[in-house]
Amino acid sequence: MILRARFFALFFALTASFGIALPALASSATEAATAADPVAEKRLQALSEELRCLVCQNQTIADSNAELAQDLRHEVRTMIKDGKSDKEIIDFMVTRYGDFVLYRPPVKAVTLLLWGGPLALLLIGLFFLQRYLRQRARRVIEAEQPLSAEEASRAEALFKEISPK
Amino acid sequence: MNRYYWILGAFAALVVLLSVGLGLNPRDVPSPLVGKPAPAFNLAILATPDKTLGPKDMKDKVWLLNVWASWCVSCRQEHPVLVEFSKKIDVPVIGLNYKEVRGDGNFDMSKMAADDEKKLAFQRASKWLTDHGDPYKLTVMDLDGRVGIDYGVYGVPETYLIDKAGVIRMKHTGPITPDILNKKIMPLLAELNK
Repeated sequence: MILRARFFALFFALTASFGIALPALASSATEAATAADPVAEKRLQALSEELRCLVCQNQTIADSNAELAQDLRHEVRTMIKDGKSDKEIIDFMVTRYGDFVLYRPPVKAVTLLLWGGPLALLLIGLFFLQRYLRQRARRVIEAEQPLSAEEASRAEALFKEISPK
Repeated sequence: MNRYYWILGAFAALVVLLSVGLGLNPRDVPSPLVGKPAPAFNLAILATPDKTLGPKDMKDKVWLLNVWASWCVSCRQEHPVLVEFSKKIDVPVIGLNYKEVRGDGNFDMSKMAADDEKKLAFQRASKWLTDHGDPYKLTVMDLDGRVGIDYGVYGVPETYLIDKAGVIRMKHTGPITPDILNKKIMPLLAELNK
């Protein structure tokens, strides 16, 4: 038991330290390159966090250290330097990689389920919760009703059966 | 009792949903470029580095643009299919060599001069085609991957089918298998070459 607990403690310590160490490593390279201009750096950071890396699909291009993410960060940096607006930069990415690069894709017919899904699930859940609560309330009320004359006489008969004098 | 059937039904629905959803290929991201003109480029040709080629040179032809690199493992898998294709079918395949040197990961690019990178890239690409066969009418060299970005390349190999008007009609991400060739590419080629 103790051994197992120790193993888990070690495991968590390891994963925790990796979790902290890796992003620090990843961002140091980009920071050095744009640190000269804090405003551009801030925009690069904000834009990179909106864009999905297509190689490691659950990471933004800010987090990812994949080659493509580096290239795309470089592209974004160049466009910022060229005075392009945020919208122009986002459009540049979307025309090449599609809405998939956006962590917040626009509401369209194809993305309706994505945006509306959670709300729909919540509503379905609420519907069933309400139905369940009503049924339960009805059952409680039924249970609390006094016995009818017929039921009372049957109950008495049963009592007599189990405790004959 | 009735309630348990309901739960069982919901579970079965979940199983179906997951089996379909998890079976999908997350790499198969629909390209917004399909139906749009092929982005222009002008890149040096592998065999004749002082000459360049671009999509405008391929006008009035139906052609394939295949993105490859010698370091790309899946390219090795699709290469024999392409070689076979080029022998049998009269459709030009243009190779787009993507980041031959800097994509490899075995080189420290901060220590390599631009000229050295170029020389090494041409050398490596030529050697690879000599070793494995050359299915390409021509190969152009995208050393820094800038053209790759315009084409939305994110996983080599990728293949684009471009029609006579220079419009991208199909994109395939990942290696071309005989199955994909026969079911996806050949019918479209036949239709476009009519």
